[in-house]
Amino acid sequence: MSVPDDLASMTAAGTAGAVRAGSLSAVEVAKATLERIETINPVVNAFSDVTAERALAEAAGVDEAVSSGADLPLAGVPFAVKNLFDIEGLPTLAGSKINREHTAAKTDATLIRKLTQAGAVLMGGLHMGEYAYDFTGENAHHGNCLNPHDLTRMTGGSSSGSGAAAASGMVPVTLGSDTNGSIRVPSSFCGLFGLKPTYGRLSRHGTFPFVGSLDHLGPLARSAEDLSLVFDVMQGIDGSDPVQADRPLLPTFEKLNEGIGGLRIAVAGGYFREKAEPAALAAVDKVAGALGATAEIDIPEAARARAAAYVITVMEGANLHLERITKRPRDFDPDTRDRFLSGTMVPGVWVQQAQRFRSWFRSMMHKIFEHVDVILAPATPFHALPSGTKTITLGGETMPARPNIGLFTQPVSFIGLPVVAVPVWLDGADLPIGVQVIAPAWREDFALRVAHQLELDGTVKAPVAQL
Amino acid sequence: MSGEFDAKAHVAHMEKMIGLTIEDDWRPVVEAHIAATQKAAELVLSFPLEDDVEAAPVFEA
Repeated sequence: MSVPDDLASMTAAGTAGAVRAGSLSAVEVAKATLERIETINPVVNAFSDVTAERALAEAAGVDEAVSSGADLPLAGVPFAVKNLFDIEGLPTLAGSKINREHTAAKTDATLIRKLTQAGAVLMGGLHMGEYAYDFTGENAHHGNCLNPHDLTRMTGGSSSGSGAAAASGMVPVTLGSDTNGSIRVPSSFCGLFGLKPTYGRLSRHGTFPFVGSLDHLGPLARSAEDLSLVFDVMQGIDGSDPVQADRPLLPTFEKLNEGIGGLRIAVAGGYFREKAEPAALAAVDKVAGALGATAEIDIPEAARARAAAYVITVMEGANLHLERITKRPRDFDPDTRDRFLSGTMVPGVWVQQAQRFRSWFRSMMHKIFEHVDVILAPATPFHALPSGTKTITLGGETMPARPNIGLFTQPVSFIGLPVVAVPVWLDGADLPIGVQVIAPAWREDFALRVAHQLELDGTVKAPVAQL
Repeated sequence: MSGEFDAKAHVAHMEKMIGLTIEDDWRPVVEAHIAATQKAAELVLSFPLEDDVEAAPVFEA
């Protein structure tokens, strides 16, 4: 058994298939992955911790289980997680300096446990924006994650290491979190497939929160098939996340090849076409063209939805960190510190109105989904920005870059809709840009089927960056 | 909201009330952030909601 030269570009499905078939051993995959991490990580700064010893032990266990006839859907698949996931034996950093003082986690987060039980092998924790309040991938404590497709540019955040690790081929699958866009933004900037499931779908137990009423977890990968494979394994209620919904499992992998037949697909107009650079709109149009989607629908009050998510985020985040931001503000990253400080000052009536508006917006979107099954929208208004960018100009308006990278992701996660971000490479472009494939609540299968179809016909792709 | 939002005055009042530390070079940024939040809140508050629209206890779509 030997590891192929193109291990870096192997998908999770490909690796699992080879390990299950006995043509590749999980230990060899783990060793080769560790070697690649050693080479690549110093270039992109994705990993905060590499759990080498654990990975080799887990991989040996997988090989033994496979040889005993165990049916492991993720046999030998290397993966890594944003460092807000609890990893047994490590403090859960959540991108901060303060959490380095925390005691080590006693057990893994639920989703790590589900993946390893399915045969996946954890390689370590990944950098992120401090306390997930970030769209850039920049971090004053741990250094910036660099975009593998252009090292002078941002990865996007806050799941920055999750983007860099998958795009650079260190691992085929990573886990991230998405409160306002933190899976979809790095997917767009780093050219990956990213799944933000329906709010309440996956257990968040064992992860460090940011905004409880908006926090989601999900995978990033280099194929829609891998997203589906991993998503199916991670489903199931664990009783430890107060907002996880007790829904039936939704097997998506077996539905991927159903294609897009029967799905009514439309393009989001209005707000979603106003403050975008031409590349973002061209990417949506390319995807829409490939899907034969000609209808454009307006999503009323999307700007208000985004504003309401903004208000809820700053206050809920500040509430979570109130003691820390009061007692030790100098230990925060300046870029998050000043936002958390401001969040302590938000009147409660503003926040409650935003939560009530959320109900209105959800009801309105329910009505829209009576007429369509999938909505396409840009993931980010532009390609990955140069590192250090502080302001952007969109639609003639100059605004701070950091909070506005998520203009198009924020109204969607506001009401918990499932989304797959798909990576588009426009003709002649040196960088990818993402498109959101948005589905009704609890229909991740719709978005994954569309993403898979787009991948099959070559409209979207996630090549490993050439470093 | 009535009148113009005075971010400086709001920050000066709230930092004392909550017991925050805001150094001089942070202050303009904190003020800019609360001003941005006020602007967002104003947009939300200007939307008429019926009295029976409640915050959802569960936020799934």
